[in-house]
Amino acid sequence: MSEQIEQRGPQLSRRGLLRAGVLAGGGLALTASLPMVARAAVTGAGAAVQPATLNAYVTIGADNIITIAAKNPEVGQGIKTMLPMLIAEEMDADWDMVRIEQAEFNPAKYGMQLAGGSFSTPMNWIPMRQVGAATRAMLVQAAALRWGVPVAGLKAEKGKIVEISSGRSLSFGDVAADAALVPVPDLASVPLKADKDFTIIGRSIAGIDSQRIVEGKPIFGVDTMLPGMRYAAFERAPIFGAKLVSANLDAARAVPGVEDVFVLEGGDNPELLVDGVAIIAKNWWIANKAREQLEIEWDGGQWASHSTAGYDAKAQELFGQAPTSDIAVSGDVDAAFAAAAKVVEADYSYPFLAHVPMEPQNCTSLLREDGVMEMWAPTQMPQAGHGGVCQQLGLAPEKVVVHITRMGGGFGRRLTNDFMVQSAAIAAKKPGVPIQLIWSRQDDLRSDFYRPGGYHRLRAALDESGKLTGFDGHFVTFSTGGKVNFNAAMGGKEFPIHFLDNLRYRQSAIDTRVPMGSLRAPQSNALSFVQQSFLDEVAREQGRDLPALMLELLASRDEFPEENGFLGKQPGFSPKRATAVIEKALQMGGWEGRTDGNRRAKGFGFYFSHLGYFAEVVEASVDARGQVSVHNVWAAGDVGRHIINPFGAMNQVEGAIIDGIGQALALAVQIESGAVVQSNFHDYPIPRIPATPQIEVEFIKSDNDPTGLGEPALPPVIPALTNAIFAATGKRIRSLPIDKAQLV
Amino acid sequence: MPSMTVNERPIRFDMDPETPLLWALRDAANLTGTKYGCGNGDCGACMVLVDGEALRSCLITIAEAEGRQITTIEGLSRDRSHPVQQAMVAEQAIQCGFCTPGIVIAAAALIARNADPSDADIKQAIPNLCRCGVYPRLIAAVKRAGRVARRVERISAAPAPGIDARDAAASVPAMRPADEDSR
Repeated sequence: MSEQIEQRGPQLSRRGLLRAGVLAGGGLALTASLPMVARAAVTGAGAAVQPATLNAYVTIGADNIITIAAKNPEVGQGIKTMLPMLIAEEMDADWDMVRIEQAEFNPAKYGMQLAGGSFSTPMNWIPMRQVGAATRAMLVQAAALRWGVPVAGLKAEKGKIVEISSGRSLSFGDVAADAALVPVPDLASVPLKADKDFTIIGRSIAGIDSQRIVEGKPIFGVDTMLPGMRYAAFERAPIFGAKLVSANLDAARAVPGVEDVFVLEGGDNPELLVDGVAIIAKNWWIANKAREQLEIEWDGGQWASHSTAGYDAKAQELFGQAPTSDIAVSGDVDAAFAAAAKVVEADYSYPFLAHVPMEPQNCTSLLREDGVMEMWAPTQMPQAGHGGVCQQLGLAPEKVVVHITRMGGGFGRRLTNDFMVQSAAIAAKKPGVPIQLIWSRQDDLRSDFYRPGGYHRLRAALDESGKLTGFDGHFVTFSTGGKVNFNAAMGGKEFPIHFLDNLRYRQSAIDTRVPMGSLRAPQSNALSFVQQSFLDEVAREQGRDLPALMLELLASRDEFPEENGFLGKQPGFSPKRATAVIEKALQMGGWEGRTDGNRRAKGFGFYFSHLGYFAEVVEASVDARGQVSVHNVWAAGDVGRHIINPFGAMNQVEGAIIDGIGQALALAVQIESGAVVQSNFHDYPIPRIPATPQIEVEFIKSDNDPTGLGEPALPPVIPALTNAIFAATGKRIRSLPIDKAQLV
Repeated sequence: MPSMTVNERPIRFDMDPETPLLWALRDAANLTGTKYGCGNGDCGACMVLVDGEALRSCLITIAEAEGRQITTIEGLSRDRSHPVQQAMVAEQAIQCGFCTPGIVIAAAALIARNADPSDADIKQAIPNLCRCGVYPRLIAAVKRAGRVARRVERISAAPAPGIDARDAAASVPAMRPADEDSR
């Protein structure tokens, strides 16, 4: 379909206008049809079998097969199935006739092509439906012209255009070629279906690639295979920030099957190229094994002394000093504490974490004869990878072509595209030879952009009646070159900020070269634990439970106004929606207030993130050896009035819950001598089947536009679990991962 | 040059005999359905059937596989009709799908010897890692596959895939036929 779309013709200027206008509104370009002249050239005897391209997203064949382009990268979140569902819904397509293709990377045509931040749903809920509705209007128009009747008497219905009065019909395939000649209607004013008429939105539809996955078809990035392809391994410094001093490559070159070994000189930015040695071989096992023969001297400089223990000590030191910046300050906190009848104090901390998607980082690149770097990249953010490659290699944007492949998980790791830059830098040295760079699992664990660790010293003031009258927090986080990474920051809106008159949250930072990045529910995946655990402590001091404290605080504030966010205007925090999910989760989990003792108990957690509201109740037990078992999780969520594909939605919520439990129970990345200690799944043990609890999920369908589900179910499960452990054992978990020895 | 039977075809690998079977399958035999996830036997993404037993192909050299019958995910059935394949799709026990081939192999080996497995049997027979956390669905899928294998349930055929080789290739641009390279 693509070669037709790019043809030029008399409608170009209109198309250009349309594209520009829509891009500004929502990152969507609905490229217009083939112009009349161009279409005439391809009509004739073969025209009936030529699929008609109606716009950038939809192609319809005479056989009625509808091919829909899925614009965003598929990382396992189900977006390749879900976005086309929105288009098909408004087209009134017969879903059984829909095929889906991964869209090429083309921001001019598709706008933002991103898998991250749970953004795909809110960003595309309306634009994708507009594409479908415009397509339907074009098909209806074509049928009206064919029959010589007004469009008002026609309707679209499951792949057909039907004349209401007579009942006669034409299939989409019958009119597709004509529809391609119809001017594209104005997207902003094209009417969308009423919710009650949805037949595809809300249906459980299996992931579009499922069949190919279960038979092992080559659909992931690392399955890319090109004629004459070679494999590469890349050895970089174990110490973050280290520079290559010298390298003896002779022994590696002598390994049978190794075809080339060379040094690549990088810079200081780990998102681009860092110093390293590339090994090219005829299979990857040889390339990777030859690394053992490399003799490289690295200079880690001051960073070589960094360690987790050093960071822990530094955090204690900073707690003893004045914070260096404010996150949020309101009222008179000192007065509140001076007047307090009781002060609750606690220190919380959490470790650096890695992403470990099952498909290790990889990328296949070919420097073509025409000077174009062609790349097959499993990336969550192709725009960023494309830009990084252009920057590193000094290539013009049109000289780098990126194909988006399906990904074996991402969790935020593939938002950062250092592996693409490495792959292109290696391929640039071997013109004409396609090269697949694959990282070992060790590389993946030791060259990540980690969820930053952090430390919180918290105090809460209670008056004689037990009322929470003041809150004081000191957050020690991490910076690089003095700048606090987004993922290591607080947003300044975290509960109970804005819910207490006297509140102060301030910050200090430890400088590090450990790269930091977004892990599923960035910021929230750590802050939820600190906030909801500490509030559980406060509630207990008040003689009640956390839900009671939360519901009281939530009732004390009105709905928050719209605010400017990544999505432009977005709804502010809603205490009503929060209250509703909390009440729902309590009901689902049979919450009976504090149920302490006997080593099996329930805990509660709530968190709002990525525009989604989740409250969760966890039932866990702790045995005499301190072993924690999670038996049940009840989750209530509100992500708006529709669950577009319940299959995908349930998978995201269940997966996020298991992910969070796994992090809490066992995961930490530790630094020693400037490098990561962990190397594989034996010392970074993600959960297996036995760790799986029974999970019950319910959605509250509030009257709000749908928002994303990749992330918001994760944050609350961690404090719900640690609060359950407290209820079961009386032991408060204030540091992650959970230390079994503490629970004996 | 180690020789073995892979998906019912005789194969002789002209490779270092110490090459792990995983990399011989992927890089030499073009059977990329078997996945690399850790390289040291922790994750199970590389499982294949070796004489009917689910083994981690990253831990077996091609010398050790000499003379064996190897079945990879590509060879499990001709038309993805194996009960485990059907049940994994029907239960949507798939998110990213990267661990799926190894899990299907492990489950297929389990169902072959015990078509009515308990939760404990499944936990023991499927030690595989799934980073996305499809485990609740996976347990349901394996039990359902057992019912299909015991002929007490049928899974209605999945929606007509209607996918020919050209279309399949279209999802992997690298594999697109050369005549479509005019883009």
